[in-house]
Amino acid sequence: MSAQIHGTQHFNETLREKLAFSAEGLETIKKLMSRYPEGKHKAALIPVLHVAQAEFEGWLSPEVMDLVAVTMNLQAIEVFEVASFYSMFNLKPIGKCQLEVCRTSSCWTRGADDIIEYIGKKLNIREGETTPDGMFTLKTVECLGSCGSAPMLQCGAEYHENLNPEKVDALIERYRAEGTRKNYTDLEYKNTR
Amino acid sequence: MGRKLLLANDHVEGIRSYEVYRKHGGYASVEKALKTMSPEAVVEEVKISGLRGRGGAGFPTGMKWSFLAKPEGVPRYLVCNADESEPGTFKDRYLMERIPHLLVEGMITSSFALGANTSYIYIRGEYFYVSRILEQAIAEAYNNGWLGKNILGTGYNLDLYVQVGAGAYICGEETALLESLEGKRGNPRIKPPFPAIAGLWGCPTVVNNVETIAAVVPIVNDGGAEYAKLGIGRSTGTKLISASGNINNPGVYEIELGVSVDEFLNSPEYCGGMANGKRLKACVPGGSSVPILPDYLVTKTISGEDRLMTYESLADGGFVSGSMLGSGGFIVYDEHQCIVRNTWNFSRFYHHESCGQCSPCREGTGWMEKVLHRLEKGMGNMDDIDLLVEVAGKIEGNTICPLGDAAAWPVAAAIRHFRHEFEYHVKHPEKIKDPKHGHKEPIMPVRPVVTA
Repeated sequence: MSAQIHGTQHFNETLREKLAFSAEGLETIKKLMSRYPEGKHKAALIPVLHVAQAEFEGWLSPEVMDLVAVTMNLQAIEVFEVASFYSMFNLKPIGKCQLEVCRTSSCWTRGADDIIEYIGKKLNIREGETTPDGMFTLKTVECLGSCGSAPMLQCGAEYHENLNPEKVDALIERYRAEGTRKNYTDLEYKNTR
Repeated sequence: MGRKLLLANDHVEGIRSYEVYRKHGGYASVEKALKTMSPEAVVEEVKISGLRGRGGAGFPTGMKWSFLAKPEGVPRYLVCNADESEPGTFKDRYLMERIPHLLVEGMITSSFALGANTSYIYIRGEYFYVSRILEQAIAEAYNNGWLGKNILGTGYNLDLYVQVGAGAYICGEETALLESLEGKRGNPRIKPPFPAIAGLWGCPTVVNNVETIAAVVPIVNDGGAEYAKLGIGRSTGTKLISASGNINNPGVYEIELGVSVDEFLNSPEYCGGMANGKRLKACVPGGSSVPILPDYLVTKTISGEDRLMTYESLADGGFVSGSMLGSGGFIVYDEHQCIVRNTWNFSRFYHHESCGQCSPCREGTGWMEKVLHRLEKGMGNMDDIDLLVEVAGKIEGNTICPLGDAAAWPVAAAIRHFRHEFEYHVKHPEKIKDPKHGHKEPIMPVRPVVTA
């Protein structure tokens, strides 16, 4: 990956012009970086990567990681090593709605396997795959702290709990109708319980 | 009905907003501490209260606070650990979502006690929407003069920020959390030095769980001695328990430490008994990392005494016949759940979440996952069971952080108590082909464990 190979000094100038944060995104990044003592702005890296992922179609391409490095005055490798460590950062393209179904013990005791199978059959994809229309990605994840309302799935900032096939149907239908990308950073949170 | 300290007002309408929270006595602890107490006096009250860390380790909070180094001219930090990721635990999310101001209030009072002028709440990335709720509460606190410069005219300054993670169980380990907060990979640090000496950016730092910090509010309001009156022995006060699995009423319950496990499991006030009239098979009382208990050791200890929801009683019998209170993630399994499958599930979790820094954990968790998967799919042999015990034993105690132990204990305990079920998987590969084979597995008669 190019983020591994070339440092920030080799950052492709044309790419940089093509790829840029929105004014609003830059404002957020500036604010995030000001929350730490002098010289410790690297601490903002994870929050900034969230902003970047939301602005660039839900995943971090090597070019986007380079952009983050330049924006934050870090080495490209510093960005890549962090982006590759955390499970919420996607290093490959994903669908507009990534359905992250919890599969850990409490959800499993209440039928998470059935939900995963149901979604897979309904959308005709397997775990880790995206529908041909680029709308849905099915992902299985570890405990999301919703054990008391299992089974559950997360999509962007939204938690969908106490799932059953009917709820899954309604959810997929709603997402299809909305047609928008769901990001973790979405401001509006609708509690579905 | 036990006394509630943290969730007493959780069903008050609008308690999430500053006005309602304030009307119900909110921010009284900040007023009391800043105006009438010295920081040392607040630490002393916490010591007297006997409060123990609610994240899982159960270390006395007052003692942790008193270890904080105070060199001249070096900033100190308080970091709240809201990276709740232990399977079966969701109490912190509930508390932050329902009563965000309680955490903000606790952070102000605790930061004052520790002399911190900048504090961070590190919250797991998946709880992004909860971070928005907290940010809203913090903004309200700033607007009403509880945060910022010269709070209540006392000359004390405090800035409070919410930092969002990005999905890593390991970041709940305090030094990994600090690494992550500094913008790095969440690899735990070698201790010593402990964070109290060299934590965030090398400065003295205290890391406390959400519930621990929230508990400081009633401790300051009513006094540590009053708090210590609740509970039994060294398990003082109240504890939030996240109940999940095959029970009638999953959810978060605040209990007075010392309630019996039997009451907690069966009383309609709490879990409400087993769902669908099924039989209890096993229980993990403190989050996925603690040893699993078979049915006959859940409500009674091996010596026949009632088991209580306390640090001591749940640990009674050590690892042979006991478990731990841990983070309070109470997961209940009915007779149709397959223990081998569940143990594989946990192992997969730890393998996925191992940071990869120490070889015994990185490789060992992968081995355990693979061997358990083999057993669960009916392709294992009898030697595999002993191999698991051996691998678990080689991880335990050989890693920088406790994730290795947390991965090893559930496997060792499951084999200790449910060896017959592992053997059944080896002997009857054809019967377990069905993914729902847990429904057909025979339940073994109770076999008493001989304590050493």
